[in-house]
Amino acid sequence: MAAATEQIWRWLSEIPDPEIPVISLTDLGIIRDVAFEGETLVVTVTPTYSGCPATTVINLEIERKLRDEGITALRLERRLSPPWTTDWISTEAREKLRAYGIAPPIDGTAAGQGTAPGAQARAAGLARPAPQVPCPRCGASDTRRVSQFGSTPCKAAWQCNACLEPFDYFKCI
Amino acid sequence: MPSLPDMMTADAEALARAAGKGGAAPLEAGSPAHDLFTGLCRLGDNTLILGHRISEWCGHAPVLEEDIALANVALDLIGQTQLWLGLAAQVEGRGRSADNLAFLRDAWHFSNILLVERPNGDFGHTLMRQFLFDAWHAPMLKALEGSNDARIAEIAAKAGKEVAYHLERSADLVIRLGDGSAESHARMQDALERLWPYAGEAFIGDAVDARLAEAGLMPAPDSLRPQWEATVNEVLGAATLSAPESRFAHQGGRQGRHSEHLGHLLCTMQWLQRAYPGARW
Repeated sequence: MAAATEQIWRWLSEIPDPEIPVISLTDLGIIRDVAFEGETLVVTVTPTYSGCPATTVINLEIERKLRDEGITALRLERRLSPPWTTDWISTEAREKLRAYGIAPPIDGTAAGQGTAPGAQARAAGLARPAPQVPCPRCGASDTRRVSQFGSTPCKAAWQCNACLEPFDYFKCI
Repeated sequence: MPSLPDMMTADAEALARAAGKGGAAPLEAGSPAHDLFTGLCRLGDNTLILGHRISEWCGHAPVLEEDIALANVALDLIGQTQLWLGLAAQVEGRGRSADNLAFLRDAWHFSNILLVERPNGDFGHTLMRQFLFDAWHAPMLKALEGSNDARIAEIAAKAGKEVAYHLERSADLVIRLGDGSAESHARMQDALERLWPYAGEAFIGDAVDARLAEAGLMPAPDSLRPQWEATVNEVLGAATLSAPESRFAHQGGRQGRHSEHLGHLLCTMQWLQRAYPGARW
């Protein structure tokens, strides 16, 4: 079935993310497993954020695409653990994000990351400087964070001090 | 919805059962399954009620960025609610779903702490409530990652990554507003004093909590207090705000005894499912 699952992966890589259509579901790293259980194809998907409204749409898109390709026995499974991380976004996808105007995540800068127990206040941002995020439009490094939350839960709102353009930063999680 | 006489009757639950709405027999109080169901509802009800509360800001926040941020935090909390109440429904095994638990229970079956049902007040008040909650929520989830129940541990690990951002944001804003203008400082100090008596309930355990802690499923509520105090003291210090000395805490929410505010909130939140039972998208 190895050849068959490879084909499934290719089909899944053709499904655009509903909110950021320049990257695919496989680019995003949310497809965790593709396997046949007897005749049934099981696709395991991990949600990005618990409340992301795109999750339902993503499941619908997977189902539609695979049925269009002739898969009839299909089951989608949700896997919470290990939780999704932006580290799983592929290198090519990061370039696509940048070209689209979204600054890609800077690994290792998630809120609360590497916090020792008892040092919650440091997780509260008191000692954590905002990451250096280059402007995806003009490339300048002189940028500032406007808000930790942007147009979707996975993004933060930033602004470039050089070209003054506001932009989304795909924040690290 | 219960009628007014139902609401005025002490044992309205018995009335509902008599009216044939009780469904399958409930889990036996004190049983391990009932304890776990209760613990999960307490988690899911906190995130549900706070998520609904802050969603009330949608379209009304002082600036667009804050409006979006509040809506995003609400979204995370509602998403976490689906996970907690979904697991609660599974543990209960009575055919209910997360939606059933959210939209078809009455106030006395909600087990959120009273803090999260407090009305929003002004923007500063909302942020102070959020911070006092987040400072508890983050270490709570960290502790739940060590639960003996893998289903609880994996939800906590997922939610914890989101809540780290909530805490970062609410702490940052409490500091900026507290250590801001004379007006913003006064409002934040006022919010702190009004909300302080509601902050302690999260740390007061009962017999259910004791059994859950004994079984290694959830942490004892009071075990989270030192870390909460460390965070709160550090942030309030940087915000030039002073917490009241009193440790008095209003309580009852975790046992289903609520302030009048929850009923009003549920009227709005549950209206559609009550008016059009079984409605679907």
